[in-house]
Amino acid sequence: MALLNDHLLSVLIWFPVVGGILVLASCDDRRAGRARWTAVAVSVATFLLSIPLWSRFDRTSAEMQFVERIPWIERFQIEYFLGVDGISVPLVLLTTLLTMVVVVAGWRVVQARVAQYFAAFLIMEGLMIGVFCALDGILFYLFWEAMLIPMFLIIGVWGGPNRVYAAIKFFLYTLLGSLLMLVALLYLSRAAGGSFDLLFFHHLPLSAGVQTLVFLAFFAAFAVKIPMVPVHTWLPDAHVEAPTGGSVILAAITLKMGAYGFLRIAMPIAPDAAHQIAPIIIGLSLLAVVYIALVALVQQDMKKLIAYSSISHMGFVTLGFFVFETRAMEGAIVQMISHGFISGALFLCVGVLYDRLHSREIATYGGVIKVMPVFAFFIVFFAMANAGLPGTSGFVGEFLVILGTFSVNGWYAAVAALTLIVGAAYTLWMVKRVVFGPIQNPQVAEMEDLDRREFGMLLFVAAGVLLIGVWPAPLLEIMAASVDQLLAHVAVSKL
Amino acid sequence: MTSLTVLDLWAVAPEIVVATLACLVLVIDLYIRSERPCALAYPLTIGTLIVGAVISLAGLYDAPQLALNGLVVRDGVGDVLKTGTCLGTAAVLFYARDYAQERGLWRGEYLVLALFGVVGMMTMIGAAHLLTLYVGIELLALCLYGMIAMQRDSVRAAEAAMKYFILGALASGVLLYGMSLLYGLTGSLSLAAMSQASATLSSESLPLMLAIVMVVAGLLFKLGAVPFHMWVPDVYDGSATSTTLYLSAVPKLAAFAILLRLLFSGLGGWIDVWQDMLAVAAVLSIGLGNVVAIAQTSIKRMLAYSTISNMGFLLLGFFAGTAAGYSAAMAYAVIYMVSTLAVFGIILALTRSGFESDLLDDFRGLNERNPWLAFLMLTVMFSLAGIPPTAGFFAKLMVLQAALGAGFIEVVVVAAILAVVGAFYYLRVVKLMYFDPPEAGTLKIAAQGYRRATIWVLTVNTILLIAITPWIGEMIDFIASSLVHLNLS
Repeated sequence: MALLNDHLLSVLIWFPVVGGILVLASCDDRRAGRARWTAVAVSVATFLLSIPLWSRFDRTSAEMQFVERIPWIERFQIEYFLGVDGISVPLVLLTTLLTMVVVVAGWRVVQARVAQYFAAFLIMEGLMIGVFCALDGILFYLFWEAMLIPMFLIIGVWGGPNRVYAAIKFFLYTLLGSLLMLVALLYLSRAAGGSFDLLFFHHLPLSAGVQTLVFLAFFAAFAVKIPMVPVHTWLPDAHVEAPTGGSVILAAITLKMGAYGFLRIAMPIAPDAAHQIAPIIIGLSLLAVVYIALVALVQQDMKKLIAYSSISHMGFVTLGFFVFETRAMEGAIVQMISHGFISGALFLCVGVLYDRLHSREIATYGGVIKVMPVFAFFIVFFAMANAGLPGTSGFVGEFLVILGTFSVNGWYAAVAALTLIVGAAYTLWMVKRVVFGPIQNPQVAEMEDLDRREFGMLLFVAAGVLLIGVWPAPLLEIMAASVDQLLAHVAVSKL
Repeated sequence: MTSLTVLDLWAVAPEIVVATLACLVLVIDLYIRSERPCALAYPLTIGTLIVGAVISLAGLYDAPQLALNGLVVRDGVGDVLKTGTCLGTAAVLFYARDYAQERGLWRGEYLVLALFGVVGMMTMIGAAHLLTLYVGIELLALCLYGMIAMQRDSVRAAEAAMKYFILGALASGVLLYGMSLLYGLTGSLSLAAMSQASATLSSESLPLMLAIVMVVAGLLFKLGAVPFHMWVPDVYDGSATSTTLYLSAVPKLAAFAILLRLLFSGLGGWIDVWQDMLAVAAVLSIGLGNVVAIAQTSIKRMLAYSTISNMGFLLLGFFAGTAAGYSAAMAYAVIYMVSTLAVFGIILALTRSGFESDLLDDFRGLNERNPWLAFLMLTVMFSLAGIPPTAGFFAKLMVLQAALGAGFIEVVVVAAILAVVGAFYYLRVVKLMYFDPPEAGTLKIAAQGYRRATIWVLTVNTILLIAITPWIGEMIDFIASSLVHLNLS
């Protein structure tokens, strides 16, 4: 138990990684069943292990908690330095929760190279938790980059027809941004006298010019990951080609890593540059919110539609960050969590349809409700949540962001609020064409409704969406101290 | 001129032992014939290399010592590099065995040439004098010409050997010309004397600049850096894969050593003359290597261009001219050698008699044919691309950090962006192995008896690239501590 008390974060990172390696080593395709059950066991155990993170977290403190700090590469002062605050805890829990769902989602669908599939997701889970916990620049970069490898393989091996193009585009896009971040980290370390401690970087005085360059380098890495307009073009490709599980993880967690990077690294290290560049970022965010929402409206492919919807919703997140207002920032973080559930759920719904008819085209379907009433209930529910229906988590995040933005600049809020209309339009229109109306395709008439596995996983996610929607207080409470401290820190000039 | 002492002999003990045993191998192979080729010579060769490594390591923590009237030096960095050379060559011959046997290359001479090549490399590593340096370079080069040309019935091998020989001779000439100018300017061939002369001879002197340009050109040729890289792809591609492995992996350590000896120990005082040259060569190598590698269809040619770009990264650390830079470059050379051993080891493990496995397409669907080898190849590819958590990432990290520390931020940004270009062709190999179905008719690789040991060694070799990560700090410290006595500023 001492291990769990003192090294909880290490356990959370390395347990799934080791589990993944075990799955890879012990199972081949002839023993696919064993691979599946091991993967479920590992992901559930990781989730159970992450619960103390929530229950034992001290909500009154903005300090890093569960800290582990040991020297690693002493010559370069690189440390194995982990810790979480109120911003990272919800993201870690989101990761452990959704990995369980994803493992269940891949249960029957994946028939080729089963062990490798589950191993990739488990290893990725550990690496993503690592990103949210790392407080050393190089350690952060290590997790950040290493998770590209399993994601690259997931898209490329189990993806759709155009998967090779999508996988390579995804990898190179992200790598280019990341390498600029690496150069910035190296530069900061030199300015800080050799340390890579991110918390130390927060208090490092930097001149205006340096701040701008450093911020832009970080921006390159994080904007690609979020993704922000105009570097968003990898996302629709990656989403469409990835298998269902890959899309869920991409939308629900990988995109959040970019947003998290702004909060943990870019904004506190270069606050003056953040303020200076904020109008541009707000502009790009609003562009994403409105323009990308319009793009989503005309999509024929359900996955592409949800992908564009993701970009649009992530615009809300960056908008919430860069107006530097408490409610907006809290709303943005709630939006990150909520979008994780909702977009994940929508991809799962598309996956359910795809497993039956092997088509993602909206036009293929129609009248699904007549043959799959339970499924129709879920997809309508998640569509409503995506459109920001009050009572669902989607509403809480968007409402807080708009409220906070309004107190800063009414025009920003007015433009952002347009999404409530356009967002509802594209989501509900898709649902209308897929779920309602007469059955035109004879194959649709033969589709079976959800089985118990699919029902269970969708119910699980729906519960999360509802819970945050009607009772967001615990989530807001856990992040409050950290958000306040971050905003106070960013408000002070470093010049 | 002082008389020879035991200490002098101890300083060159590794060279003496390997050279003597190499002669023994030659004789044994001539007189003792067995039904299997090299039944005795092969274990003896491996034994020789292990003994050489042990003797090199034995003096690791002794004080540095100049010996044989200042011709050679025995110091920490030399001992580490000599050990690496011996062990690396042993691994090369281990991987090469089945391949070379199937192609009739596995003769006593092949092993003897490889061993004399090792002697040449060790001489380069321990050189404290331009003469020893040059003798070492030429000894290695002659062995390589022989090894490449040994595949008599291959036209491409003959072409590669000829090309390498002519261009190598030209480069040696340029290097020698530079050395003779240096002798004229400083009055000595000893590197120590040259370094003292830097106090009086200004770096503005035109003859000096000419001399340094010549020397650097010769060195860049040996390293295979742009603009003296033309021979690399042809030689890599034309040689038998076992020879390619030998000439691509191990000599990089010796190449680092001659850079260090000549440019730091000898010409360190004139760093402002050679620094910019190396910076330009580094960026050009990374750029050209990475861009042209994309267009290749043969994996050996692709790896040749990958070598060019990797040598660019090595130079990136080296030209910084700081303690951090030299240790970064040395760590880069070591990690690069381990990666190259692994990648060619995998290629050799995939060959059959009559099937060279040297085209990129031969890797199609490897994950379905042999998942474990595919996974090993995946690891090496990501390590070469510099993606964490592999050792290749830390190698690139250290090099970039050193260059940044010396104030070359533009170079670092350009190198980082070019590394993205490089990632593409490594990813393509992964794509071929994992995303593409195997071509019809390619055989499933069975675990043949003799291959099993190879797979084990390959596994250790490759997994080392990831498993070292928690202890990478210790490795860097070890490398840096071997460089301490050089009085780096």
